[in-house]
Amino acid sequence: MQWESWSAFWEMGGAAGFVWGSYGVTFLLVALELVLVLRRRKEAVRKLLRWRRAIGKDRNGRTDARMESQ
Amino acid sequence: MKPRSKRLMLVGGGVALLVAAIALVLSAFQQNLVFFHTPTEVAEGKAPLGKTFRVGGMVEDGSIRRAGDGLTVSFAITDTAKVIPVSYKGTLPDLFKEGKGAVVQGRLEADGVFHATEVLAKHDENYMPPEAAHAVEQASKAAETLSQ
Amino acid sequence: MTPSDRGRSLFRFAAPQVFYPLAGRLAPWFAALAAVLTLAGLWLGFFVAPTDATQGEVYRVIFIHVPAAWMSMFIYLIMAFWAAVGLVMNTRLSFIMSQALAPTGAMFCFVALWTGALWGKPTWGAYWVWDARLTSQLLLLFLYLGFIALTRAIEDPRRADRAGAIIALVGAVNVPIIYFSVQWWNTLHQGASVSLTKAPSMATTMLAGMLVMALAAWAYTIAVVLWRVRPMILERERHTEWVGALLDQESTERGGRA
Repeated sequence: MQWESWSAFWEMGGAAGFVWGSYGVTFLLVALELVLVLRRRKEAVRKLLRWRRAIGKDRNGRTDARMESQ
Repeated sequence: MKPRSKRLMLVGGGVALLVAAIALVLSAFQQNLVFFHTPTEVAEGKAPLGKTFRVGGMVEDGSIRRAGDGLTVSFAITDTAKVIPVSYKGTLPDLFKEGKGAVVQGRLEADGVFHATEVLAKHDENYMPPEAAHAVEQASKAAETLSQ
Repeated sequence: MTPSDRGRSLFRFAAPQVFYPLAGRLAPWFAALAAVLTLAGLWLGFFVAPTDATQGEVYRVIFIHVPAAWMSMFIYLIMAFWAAVGLVMNTRLSFIMSQALAPTGAMFCFVALWTGALWGKPTWGAYWVWDARLTSQLLLLFLYLGFIALTRAIEDPRRADRAGAIIALVGAVNVPIIYFSVQWWNTLHQGASVSLTKAPSMATTMLAGMLVMALAAWAYTIAVVLWRVRPMILERERHTEWVGALLDQESTERGGRA
């Protein structure tokens, strides 16, 4: 074990701001990316369902958009 | 109108980024790829004398002298072939030590002394625990004694 | 099985309707692997690896900085590879892969610059210097952002794919420049501690922590990119039969609101 106490660990030999600033920002960005990426699929499905309803009605008044597929 | 202006902004942003990128590369190629000159290059007149430039090398052993005001420091930068005396007023980075790498920025004045406005420490790519560093030091000392 | 059959069975995974569910099944496993490796790497980095003789504790930034910098370069090369495959073979999925990689590459690139700044101040004495290593890494970030902006700005997906692929391929030249900058020019940034051509110049436990964190970054990237590629596939393939069927299923699950 490298540390005499937890407070010594958090102090990082006087470089706490630099070390924790690096790790903190990195894990914050990772968390943000995960949230955005996991939300994106649900949003895409919602958007596509709305799109399908829209074109289903626009083109032939039906809700079944698969008629539109080429 | 709205999606079009959004698209225009994105394209504009993309182009601006690319232009910035190219400008960056060009200016880097012009002056910054040579981040510092060695003392030998300075002696050979390859450095832009009369302008601000950087000199990099090792801080010569036993060369650091602190003036009475506690802020002005003088030392010498060497690449083992040539030596350049440097004077600097300001705080030094923690890793600035004799026998270690440093890069100084400033001007070479007529008195032959390099007046630095900025001092950076340059460390190597070796990472080791203090005990190992101590062992390496002992070994090199032993080798020196043997060769003498 | 003739060679052409085998070829076809491998290409099967290049079909979006096969890749979409496969990506969904694989991503959680890579995410779990990334989490385990990160915990192991942090434990090695903070509790097993010793203090550095010259830098003290601040060197522990290395366990993030180096894996992030490696990843930012690797991802760009993989992006360029998929762009090239897309241009040559004209496969739909390749361009989507290339575009799904970019945000994660940009993230790692920013992390490498950010942690480098926080590491540079206490060791070199400056957050930033315009040396060849730092400048070319900053250029990599601009290439990522330019790629993302361009592919999103162009409405027609086929043109966006092609324009993006060109940036990806041209920008790939920058990656070896970043990597070799510390050998080719005088830089403030030190040389590589770990390379294929020489023994690593680090204590074993320090090296172990760094490599485990690098593996964690790989696993994380694979997981995130697999997750990101799924909605992109749906949007691109919205006119197809299989996305139609999938949306039918989704809409009945939502209580038949469609």
